[in-house]
Amino acid sequence: MDVSQYLEVFIEESKEHLQALNEHLLILEKEPENENTINEIFRAAHSLKGMAGTMGYKRMQRLTHDMENVFQEIRSGKMKVRPELTDTLFGGLDALQEYVDNIVDSQDEGTNDNQDLIDKLAMELDIGLHGGSGAAAPAAAAAAPAAEKPAEPAKAEVASGITITYADHEKAAIIEGSTQGFNAYEVRVDVQETCLLKAARAYLVFKALEETGEIIKSVPDAQMIEDEKFDFSFAVVILSKQSAEDVRKRVMNVSEIKDALVEKKVFEEPKEEVKEEAAAANTAAQPGTAAPAPAQAAPAKAQPAKKAVVNRSVRVDIEKLDDLMNLVSELIIAKNGLSAVSASDMKSSTEKTNQFNEQIEYLERITTNIHQSVMKVRMVPIESVVNRFPRMIRDLSKKLNKPMELYMTGEETELDRTVIDEIGDPLMHILRNSADHGLESPEKRRELGKPEVGSIFLDAYQEGNSVIIKCSDDGGGINTEKVKQKAIEKGTITPEQAETMTEKDFIDLLFKPSFSTADKISDVSGRGVGLDVVKSKIESLSGTVECKTELGKGTTFTISLPLTLAIIQTLMVVIGEEKYAIPLGSIDTIEDIPINEIKSVEGREVVNLRGTVIPLIRLADVLDIPNVGPDGETLTVVVVSKSDKKAGLIVDSLMGQLEIVIKSIGKYISNSKLISGATILGDGEIALILDANALL
Amino acid sequence: MADINVAEANDFKQYIAVMIDGEQYGIDINYIDNIVRMQRITRVPKAQEYFAGVINLRGEVVPVMSLRLKFGLEADSYGPKSRILIIKPEAQASIGFIVDEVLEVVTIADKNIDHVSDVEEKSYVIGVGKHLKGLVSILNINAVLAEKEANS
Repeated sequence: MDVSQYLEVFIEESKEHLQALNEHLLILEKEPENENTINEIFRAAHSLKGMAGTMGYKRMQRLTHDMENVFQEIRSGKMKVRPELTDTLFGGLDALQEYVDNIVDSQDEGTNDNQDLIDKLAMELDIGLHGGSGAAAPAAAAAAPAAEKPAEPAKAEVASGITITYADHEKAAIIEGSTQGFNAYEVRVDVQETCLLKAARAYLVFKALEETGEIIKSVPDAQMIEDEKFDFSFAVVILSKQSAEDVRKRVMNVSEIKDALVEKKVFEEPKEEVKEEAAAANTAAQPGTAAPAPAQAAPAKAQPAKKAVVNRSVRVDIEKLDDLMNLVSELIIAKNGLSAVSASDMKSSTEKTNQFNEQIEYLERITTNIHQSVMKVRMVPIESVVNRFPRMIRDLSKKLNKPMELYMTGEETELDRTVIDEIGDPLMHILRNSADHGLESPEKRRELGKPEVGSIFLDAYQEGNSVIIKCSDDGGGINTEKVKQKAIEKGTITPEQAETMTEKDFIDLLFKPSFSTADKISDVSGRGVGLDVVKSKIESLSGTVECKTELGKGTTFTISLPLTLAIIQTLMVVIGEEKYAIPLGSIDTIEDIPINEIKSVEGREVVNLRGTVIPLIRLADVLDIPNVGPDGETLTVVVVSKSDKKAGLIVDSLMGQLEIVIKSIGKYISNSKLISGATILGDGEIALILDANALL
Repeated sequence: MADINVAEANDFKQYIAVMIDGEQYGIDINYIDNIVRMQRITRVPKAQEYFAGVINLRGEVVPVMSLRLKFGLEADSYGPKSRILIIKPEAQASIGFIVDEVLEVVTIADKNIDHVSDVEEKSYVIGVGKHLKGLVSILNINAVLAEKEANS
């Protein structure tokens, strides 16, 4: 059975099941009586076990099996959920995760048996069921190599009871094999009656046999065995160059196999050489009675040792793909329309131009839609990143001895796949900071009259063209005085500099490399490699991170990320003879402002716009643009904003809205923050993209 | 001439000879991706002054450097012979050099290059090569690309 083709599905689904287990276990920890949850857990564990078994990951299956045993007892009400038990179970989930990670890396589950966990689970079962009296773990022991029952009677009945009939082509295969030095063996296998996973054992037997030779057929057929539709025995016919004894040894190496019987099978030879093993069995196969049974021989492909770095994949809603397909069909129609117009011989050229324009408009509509569809396909709900955080906070809560609770909203907010992949670590870092430094100890919280259980909030939502992720806590906030002391102590700033710095400046210090205010370094955080990495990571995604804090009340980190990366909507503006693109996402309004409304405050030009005073920025000056004409009666002002800051950019004229593809301007040219990239316009000309945020 | 023995293994190298301000310079042909005619250059504000801007090279945005300005010479006056040499130092990064004129491909034996030994490390010229039609200064591409400059 070659299962490598299912690997991707297996990994994807294992991850889902593990996530579900994590989530529900968290619920179970709080509501030990929640029946739905325990059912859900049981289902997930069971599926996981089955999948691991089918894929031949023995260790993973074994561990899941033992965990499932525990869930089984909880479900039937024989066991209570205790904190130690959930700890062990969480430990089990981590171990399973490790297996899956190993499989992703190398297609192999690794060699860690996690015996300690299995023992612990057995102990938990024991304590749960018998009040801890028994020394051994009876239930779990069922999975371990259990006491072998006297096997003699069963053997005689079961193993030899299978009659193997051969179809013509099977016979032919055996005969042909024998000419090439392959011996045909009938292998009859008995599985222990105590075995819970017969199909898995059978699979392992198949696998072991595939290593020795080629499987011709099995009774019952492979599908039935896979579905566990057999009692405790089955038979396999293989072609192998090895001796019967070697084949038998291989089969017996599989645990929970009671006995195996290997007989050599020879066709069309006068002397039937029967080699007998272990038990005396003499049900000779009937060479003559060839029943036309469907060939069920499992192809014995030697699994190539693929360096299987499993591809990253996205699950895409089939509807989204259908959409895309439809649009592509339309694209083809539009293309045909265009060629039809160009081929037709119209009388007047204006008529032709009109037709062209019509087709181009149509084409434009389609490309916009295709862009949106493709973007949608790339969008992944942020849930896939944040859903591991409740578990992390739980562990942190135990580790730090601080009761805390994580509240999340907006997990369904979607972000581009590339962003999702990168955002996990920064978020985790900020949450760890909140848990470790943000929240006070429960004693202190009681003193301060706060609820003992600390709260951490993670909110995600869409705002305009960006996604905001807010991470806040109700802890002590950042002590800027302390930051100041530390900064002076470390020589980051001089005391004189400190005098002139604002509260915000001090907070910005936290984003500087290797700056930590923690008095002691814990393994949770405080090493000072952190917020600077967070910042650079988020900036590399062209996002921003801001921090607001109130001493005694808490801290809020606000991360803002662009919705899409490669293609954006912009407003094209003209200044002098140059064209620039301003991302639509940062534009508030566009105003025509009479020149006499411009006032000067502290040497800066400002304008009072419907009650708000907005500073004006002359882009021609900032960008050193030559050949700018004198001001007219009114100025065209593009009002841009970033969180609560606003500014009006003075431009010469507007060209209109344009969807552009962002290109880098290369690494050699020094890039002031004003220019975030370039794009190529329809006529081949390059327009630079202004980063309005850098102007504010 | 200390390098003669070392250089014997790969005796000859090809260089593109270009003209900048009346002098011949040679650029190792291995670096060169392409040579294009002058075209519209989009100025990039706040960039280093020796960058003329960016051009559209078949859909890619490529920064273009004026070698004249980089060498501290007079600014370019683009003529019909002006060319942009597209250099590809790395797989993902191209850069263009504006030169007054592209002359020819010359093959120079390593032993015919006099290495400049006593000037500063970051010199733009590695050495002076001799070929049939005269002398050519061999450019040190890495030094030209390096951000650091003696006078900035």
